[in-house]
Amino acid sequence: MIELNPMVIFIAAIFTNNMILSNFLGMCSFVAVSKEINTSLGLGQAVTFVLAGTSIINYLVYHHILVPYNLEFLRFIIFIISIAAFVQLIEMIMEKYIPNLYYALGIFLPLITVNCAILGVSLFMIIREYSFLQSFAFAVGSGIGWTMAIVALAGIRQRLKRATVPKGLEGPGITLIVTGLMAMAFIGFSGIVQIQ
Amino acid sequence: MNTIIISTASITVITAIFAVLLTIADRTIGNYGQVKLTINEEKEYTVDGGSSLLSTLISEKIFIPSACGGKGTCGYCKVQIHDGGGPVLATELPFLSQEELDDHVRLSCQCKVKQDIKIEIPDELFNVKEFEATVESIEVLTDTIKKLRFRLPEGEEISFKPGQYVQLKAPLYEGNDEEVYRAYSIASSPTEKTHLELIIGFVPEGIATTYVHHHLEEGDKVTINGPFGDFYYQDTDAEMIMVATGTGVAPILSLLNYMKDNDIKRKARFYFGAKTPDDLFMLDYFKHLEETLYDFKFVPTLSRIKDDDTSWSGEKGRVNNAIDKLLEENDNQEAYLCGNEQMIDSVVKSLTNKGVKEEKIYYDKF
Repeated sequence: MIELNPMVIFIAAIFTNNMILSNFLGMCSFVAVSKEINTSLGLGQAVTFVLAGTSIINYLVYHHILVPYNLEFLRFIIFIISIAAFVQLIEMIMEKYIPNLYYALGIFLPLITVNCAILGVSLFMIIREYSFLQSFAFAVGSGIGWTMAIVALAGIRQRLKRATVPKGLEGPGITLIVTGLMAMAFIGFSGIVQIQ
Repeated sequence: MNTIIISTASITVITAIFAVLLTIADRTIGNYGQVKLTINEEKEYTVDGGSSLLSTLISEKIFIPSACGGKGTCGYCKVQIHDGGGPVLATELPFLSQEELDDHVRLSCQCKVKQDIKIEIPDELFNVKEFEATVESIEVLTDTIKKLRFRLPEGEEISFKPGQYVQLKAPLYEGNDEEVYRAYSIASSPTEKTHLELIIGFVPEGIATTYVHHHLEEGDKVTINGPFGDFYYQDTDAEMIMVATGTGVAPILSLLNYMKDNDIKRKARFYFGAKTPDDLFMLDYFKHLEETLYDFKFVPTLSRIKDDDTSWSGEKGRVNNAIDKLLEENDNQEAYLCGNEQMIDSVVKSLTNKGVKEEKIYYDKF
């Protein structure tokens, strides 16, 4: 494997390997919480933060606990547990010290626990055999990419409110179509850098 | 074999580490210390912060009506928060009107107590208590309606206004995996402070009614809290027009029992609407009340009986038809209605046609 510069991974994670638009991970909160730009920006920040935190924890847990004892096959369950615990912790801290953000995200924070983008990032960094720095850059980049995608979608959806959408397509239906179109547009970035 | 043991052990250990960390966090970060809860600007409580307002109030023995148990799905647990509630959450918005938002009404189950908080609740909620009552007897009234008599715990009393309701907790049972509270009007007289009677109809697939009809037996214990409700006896000298269908008879019975116990001398008419003779119940008791009360007439009326059926000598047709036909106009009347929405809407129309003032019509829709 070619040793990639963490910066390259960072850029690639935002544009060419965007978690939502090229891997379609983290769709549930992407569709559910993209009605308003402010809320989705907050959720995006939370996802970025949780991604950065869990990638560090999961990297350490994987390389210092699971690998030495040949327990790599447990990574799915261990990663999920550590993500869940981390989100709980963040929720408590946010509620106490950053109440404004907590009120904006309050009910959505638990959604992050089951956000597959987060588990996805932890698994990708193991599968692609990233170093610690590469993993961290990949996680932060994925978070920013995810935020960018959800904020863009929220902007489109705010405009869609004034459009006449066929009844059967209202809500999630038209959102998925819009997401598909955005994903196609993002193919245009694929020439910049490539990972995997 | 070794792999199984090692993997089980390592998952256990890692989970345990996280659990310990979270517990520590809960004790330190999640600890909001003691905060001051002020209710109606007069009562002050010092409570532990960190949990929802609804559960904080319950731990102070103040019971706010709530049917869903704090999940934010019923919208009953509304209170006015003047100070310290934080912004309205997205989970509350579907249940609050613009007027309520302007009045700082919130759902107490969604709002967390994290700082000194000032709230306003109706005074009568202070009177609400929770009881671990025992089922003393169950009487079958019709195919689908049962009357239950509960004995309150030794030394405890309930004081309520005739017409009010209590909430009965349906616990977990086979086929039901959530605890819910359901409201039932009290049928007994408030003079009897140590017992309660409820009339409960069976609703197919109803969580609480299935529990009452299929699981509850004499001697069982149930959780009841109350009283609640703004449908109750008005202390005036007006002529009383009472109308009920089905289990709506319960609050009317409470009114009549109260009048009997206190020897109240008021003119009263009770129109009991049902479909067939089988749906009527407690006829003997109403006969007895006709004899004992000062000026009481019981008017059962059946809607599904043929015009040429000679076995039924009472009124025929819907209960509003009976009112159209029998009610004498009088400028000093008040009405107590209890039953389903259509019945109440049509009876209100009949009554206002007869000149009964709308603000003198009290009703309990269910």
